[in-house]
Amino acid sequence: MAKNSILLLRNYMQYALNLHTKTYCTKTPPHYDIIIVGGGMVGTTLACTLGKNSKLSDHRILLLESGTPHNWIKTEKYSNRVSALNLNTYNLMNKIGAWKHIAEIRCSSVKNMQIWDAISDVMISFNHEEVSNVAAHIVENDLLIYAVGKELCCLKNVEVKNQVKIKEFVLPQQPSQNVFVHLNEGETFTCNLLLGCDGAQSQVRNAMGVNYISWKYDQMGVVATLKLSEANENVTAWQRFLPTGPIAILPLKNNLSSLVWATTPDHARALIELKEVDFVDKINDALWKPLDNSSIIQESTKAFNKLLEFFELPTSNEKQLPPKVIGVDPGSTAAFPLGFGHATNYVKQGVALVGDAAHRVHPLAGQGVNLGFGDVSTLNKILGEAVYSGRSLGQITDLQEYETLRQRHNFPTMVAIDGLHKLYNTEFPPIVLLRSLGLQFTHALNPLKKAIINQAAR
Amino acid sequence: MLSRIVKLPTNRRVLPGTANVSGQTKNSTVDQQQITNFNELKTNWWIEDGIMKPLHSLNKIRVPFVRDGLINTGLVHKQFVNTPQPLKNLQLLEVGCGGGILTEPLARLGCTITGIDAASDLINLAKEHKKQDPRLTCIHYNFDTVENHALTHAGKYDGVVASEVIEHVNDKDVFLKSCVACLKPKGSIFLTTLNQTMLTWIFGIIVSENVLRIVPKGAHEWDKLMQPHRLQKLLEDNGCRTRVIHGMFYNFLTNNWSWISDTSVSYAIHAIKN
Repeated sequence: MAKNSILLLRNYMQYALNLHTKTYCTKTPPHYDIIIVGGGMVGTTLACTLGKNSKLSDHRILLLESGTPHNWIKTEKYSNRVSALNLNTYNLMNKIGAWKHIAEIRCSSVKNMQIWDAISDVMISFNHEEVSNVAAHIVENDLLIYAVGKELCCLKNVEVKNQVKIKEFVLPQQPSQNVFVHLNEGETFTCNLLLGCDGAQSQVRNAMGVNYISWKYDQMGVVATLKLSEANENVTAWQRFLPTGPIAILPLKNNLSSLVWATTPDHARALIELKEVDFVDKINDALWKPLDNSSIIQESTKAFNKLLEFFELPTSNEKQLPPKVIGVDPGSTAAFPLGFGHATNYVKQGVALVGDAAHRVHPLAGQGVNLGFGDVSTLNKILGEAVYSGRSLGQITDLQEYETLRQRHNFPTMVAIDGLHKLYNTEFPPIVLLRSLGLQFTHALNPLKKAIINQAAR
Repeated sequence: MLSRIVKLPTNRRVLPGTANVSGQTKNSTVDQQQITNFNELKTNWWIEDGIMKPLHSLNKIRVPFVRDGLINTGLVHKQFVNTPQPLKNLQLLEVGCGGGILTEPLARLGCTITGIDAASDLINLAKEHKKQDPRLTCIHYNFDTVENHALTHAGKYDGVVASEVIEHVNDKDVFLKSCVACLKPKGSIFLTTLNQTMLTWIFGIIVSENVLRIVPKGAHEWDKLMQPHRLQKLLEDNGCRTRVIHGMFYNFLTNNWSWISDTSVSYAIHAIKN
């Protein structure tokens, strides 16, 4: 009897439990107009930009991030991960009000750039008269996220959820359907438009099932914060193309610069294991040490220089000397793999990819994150215009317009960067000769230089 | 290429072929033959790249045309400009709304909009379709003609929109008179239509309907098209001052509309009631 009633009781409890889960499951999940996946530089900026767009002010936005909330504390020490922000990104940061926070804390500006070939010693330079005062701003990635986050937290229509892992995305098959986002914790959200800013290994991209063209470069990027010997005005970005990959130093403040050195994986691993003094020697060698150079190349570039001189055009003789490195900030050395990737489609019904989720490039031109911020500007404009014209959010025609506009800019830029990488990744003399003459020619022609600057600033 | 106006009592419904007779029935500007044609299109009406493709993509320029027109005449309160609902607190009438391709986006901009059409199937379709978006509560669809509607709604609306409608109407004077009657003083009327030129005859009718097939066969009759200056004159006769005339250009390859200065194929007019 007692056994029976226990059984009965257990059945009843199970029934009650089932009833409970059933009601839980049929409850409509919380709905947002836009869900942004990934709270990195691009995702956070996108959330802030859309949140501040007056044409979208009645739209609810949710930002999902797998990491912990961002807590940035100012220390003397600079972060080793920095970005060179171009004019378009600078304007975007100003528009959303984040630039004032960055400027208040710290950033540096690049007024001149000098890029030269280690084998032929031919160089190209961009100085501030040609590049409208400031070519780029160097900002630490963490600081940028902090500054944007400061603006983001005042927005009433944007919610941020941290430490969430996404289990699954269910994308709409028909225009009237919503996107479902299932979290590992069991929560579910729905939205009209899902925006994937979740980086090169994008989960959103996988759910979309779009073609993704990608390859790994046989290179790794080594980063570090460098101490310089001279404490004079540090406003030049230097980049030297070595046969193993380019080394670049970007100004942080007068006696500090940030290193980005792309080199072979074995070399990179060896570099980060080195003691500070040895590492400093390697960096100085990479910036200064002359390489063996065939006499044909030497003679040809010299002759071409003479020809340019004859026409009174700028030549490579005006080369400046890079600063001398005297130390490395302890603990600032790190290495990461480099790759190329491009999604053949950025959008599908109700979903779009933004930033590294859609495209990934070699850091040699400092364009990666700027392409992402360019996506943010364009998407913001198109979505605002769509809503202001009475269209519902996430319509495929609007998303396709975003895709067309961005691919038209991103793809040629990426191909050019990849081409540069391939062009400079060889020691084959004929190629070296051709690229050196080409560089001299480009340096001599201001309109061509301006065209390059314009493409890089957009 | 759209639909239209006066309701014919069902017992007077006329067979195709005798349409012209029916079109001249008392108080009616409706061409019954064309209504029959439009009713047949209902299944594909809301498919964006279906037979109504050019009308769907026309929204991209005609919604901003109406929105900015209303903003520029000062009917929109400054605080609503550049917000998601710029047309808040405005009353609009769409004459010949068909399945609601233009009505829905205008409604999303915050106005209260009445859509009327003489094609009953299309009005039912519009009523059905608006259920898909829960935010579209401020649309009222009526199976009605503008002549009839004007009797009970004179001076009620801030704006009247008749997009791609007047080219299907028999008596354009009566039609416009009724549209204008529905407007408040200083209210705006927006019309888009085809010009009556050789170009429209070749591209707007012959090529579009028979070669490219982007417009349903028999949608347009050249005799019923109207030149901009004649339409302007008619508007003036009915107490409206023309504010702007824009030419419209349709690129059928990219399915994109754009504004041009040349009005020789199709055009849009914005006029204000004195």
